[in-house]
Amino acid sequence: MFRRGNREPIGPLEYARRLHLRLLFFVTLVFLYAPIVVLVIFSFNDSRRGGNVIWRGFTTDYYVKAFNNESLMEAFANSLTIAFVCTLVSVVLGALTAVMLWRFRFPFKAGFEGAVALPIVIPEICMGVAMMVFFARSGISVPPDWGYPWNLGNITIAHIAFSFPFVAMVVRARLANFNRELEESAKDLGATEWQVFRDILIPHMRPGLVAGGLLAFTLSLDDFVITFFTSGPDTVTFPVKVYSMVRFSVTPEVNAASTVLILITLVLTALAIWLQNREKKETRQ
Amino acid sequence: MTDLQGRRAGQPVIAIDTVTKRFGGSVTAVDRVSLEIAPGEFFALLGPSGCGKTTLLRMIAGFESPTDGRILIDGQDMSHVSPNKRPINMVFQSYAVFPHMTVAKNVAYGLKVTGVPQSEIAGRVEEALELVHLGGYGARKPDQLSGGQRQRVALARALVKRPKVLLLDEPLSALDAKLREAMQLELVRLQESVGITFIIVTHDQSEALSMANRIAVMERGSVRQLASPADLYENPANRFVADFIGKVNLFEARVASRDNGSLVLHVQGLGEVRLPQGMGAAEAGRADLALAVRPEKLRLERERPSPERLGFEGQVQQVAYYGETSSVFLTDQAGHSIAVSIQNEGRSTQPMVTVGERVWCSWAPEDTLLLAD
Repeated sequence: MFRRGNREPIGPLEYARRLHLRLLFFVTLVFLYAPIVVLVIFSFNDSRRGGNVIWRGFTTDYYVKAFNNESLMEAFANSLTIAFVCTLVSVVLGALTAVMLWRFRFPFKAGFEGAVALPIVIPEICMGVAMMVFFARSGISVPPDWGYPWNLGNITIAHIAFSFPFVAMVVRARLANFNRELEESAKDLGATEWQVFRDILIPHMRPGLVAGGLLAFTLSLDDFVITFFTSGPDTVTFPVKVYSMVRFSVTPEVNAASTVLILITLVLTALAIWLQNREKKETRQ
Repeated sequence: MTDLQGRRAGQPVIAIDTVTKRFGGSVTAVDRVSLEIAPGEFFALLGPSGCGKTTLLRMIAGFESPTDGRILIDGQDMSHVSPNKRPINMVFQSYAVFPHMTVAKNVAYGLKVTGVPQSEIAGRVEEALELVHLGGYGARKPDQLSGGQRQRVALARALVKRPKVLLLDEPLSALDAKLREAMQLELVRLQESVGITFIIVTHDQSEALSMANRIAVMERGSVRQLASPADLYENPANRFVADFIGKVNLFEARVASRDNGSLVLHVQGLGEVRLPQGMGAAEAGRADLALAVRPEKLRLERERPSPERLGFEGQVQQVAYYGETSSVFLTDQAGHSIAVSIQNEGRSTQPMVTVGERVWCSWAPEDTLLLAD
C-alpha cells in the first residue's frame, strides 16, 4: 500500500523526516565531498596550459602523463614503501604496547600511558621540527647516500613514531571487552602463555589490528608536515611532490595522481570494513 | 583410613590441606579449609555468594595460589604446578567457548596444544561430542548454538582431555529453569558414565542436593558442614546449614531441666518441650540453643493432637498455594511466624484452612532438630 509519508505526524526519532535536518545533512555532504568531486572531475579536463579551472573537454591523457612522470612515480613508490613498512612495525609495536598496558601493572604506568598517547596530541609541526633536530643532532640517522629503500629510514622512523600510538589505542579498546575466562580456559586445557597469545588473544585483537593498521597506513601515506622536515632531496614522498608541483601550476596531472591515491585509500578502507564485519559476525555470541 | 566424613578408604584424588587464601592482606576468602575428595565422587561446594567456594575451586584449578596450606592432586603437591600442567579441567561459568573456532576445533584445542597426534584427535573429538549429544555439530560456529549447546561444547572440551577431576563453576546458572533441570540429570548421567570425579560450585541448594554425593556447605570462607545430601537436610549441624538448606522453623530454647536421660527445654512460644531419650546430649551445655522443625514435618489438625506428639495451637495468618504443595503460615502465642508445608493430595479446590482460624500444629518428637551455634 502506498502512503504519503507527510500525512502522518513525525515521530520523535524520525530525524530523516524533518526538513531542517535534511538540509543540514545536505549542506554537510556538499562541504565534505564537493572539493573531492571537483578534483576527480578536473583530472579528466583537457586543458592545454596551466590554470585548470575551465572545463575544456574530456581526456584521460593526464593519467597517462602522470604514470609517465618518473619523479612523481618515484615519490609515489617511496610513499607506498614507507606506508607499508610503517604499518607493519606500528601494528606490532602498537599491539604489544596495548597488551602490556592492558595486562600488567608496573610503576609509573599512568605516566607511561600518557607518554604513549603524546604523539597523538602534540602539534605535527612540533613533531616535525623535533624529528629533524633529533636526526641531525643525535647521529641516529641514515646517511643520505644510501640507496633505496634504506634512504627512507628517517621518514619511516618518524612515521612509526606518530602512527603506533593510534594502533595501541584501537587495540587497547578492543582488549577491554576480552573475556578473561577464555584465556584461563585455554590455559586450563594445557596451553602455554605463548599458545594462549597466538591462539586466543591475537584472534580476538584481529579487528583492532586491521583497523589500527589501516589507520597507520593512511596516516603515513598522506602525512606532509612531519615528512617535509625529515625528507631530503632524494627522498621525496607523494604529498611533498604534489606540493612542489602545485607551486608551479595546478595541472590535471596533479588531479589525476590524487584521484589514484583516493582510489587506493577507498579500496583499502572498504577491504578493512568488510574484514571487520566478517569478524564481528564470527565473534558475536 | 579415617572414616569420619563417610568417605571411602584409599587415596583421595584431591586433598585440600588447611588452605587459606587472603586477598590484599586483609580479606580472607578461604579460611583454613581441609577437605578430601575420593575418586569417582560427585562433590559440591555450596554456599551463598562471597563464601569462598569459587576461590577454592580456582585454587584447585591453579588460577589462584593459596596463601597458606597445600593442595594435593593424586598425592602430588600442586603448589608449584601451573594450571596448564594440572591433570584437571574446568567448565567455566561463561563456558568460555572460543568464538573464532568451530565446535570441533574448540574440542580439539586441548589435545592439539598438548601434542596429541593428529590421527588420534579426530576420533576423540567425535567421541566426546557424541558423549554430550552434539554429534554432527562439529562444523558449527559457537554463535550458531544455543546456551545449552555451548555448555555441552565446554563439557566435551574438558572431558576429551580425560582429566582426573572435572571442575564446574556454577555450570547451570545461565540456563533457564526447564533446561537447568534437564542438565542436572544429564550431568549425573555423564558423571556415572565417564567415572571422573566432578567438583561443582553452586549457590543453588536444590542443584547440590539433587546431583552430589557429598556436599561441603561454606560460609565466610569456612566449611560449616560436610555430609551427604540427605544427612545435610535431616541432620544439619548448625543454624546456618539448617537455614541455608531448605526451609526451617527455628525456636529459641534453653535447657529447663533433665529428667532421667531426656532433656526438657523451655522453648520460646511453645513452653516446656520434652525431647526424646538421648537427643541433645552433646548440645545441652551450650547457651545458644535452638529447636528446629522442617515445614513438611508439621501436621495441621483441628483437634488437640495425641500427647506423644509435640505441638501448639496457633492462628492461620496466610495460605500460599503452589500447585503441588501449599504453605500455611501460623502465628504461635509468642507471635512468631511458623511455616507448614502441606501436600495437595486430593483435587479439592477449597483451602483446607481459612485465614484467622485456630488450628493445632504438631510433629513427631524424633523430627525435632536441636541446633547449637
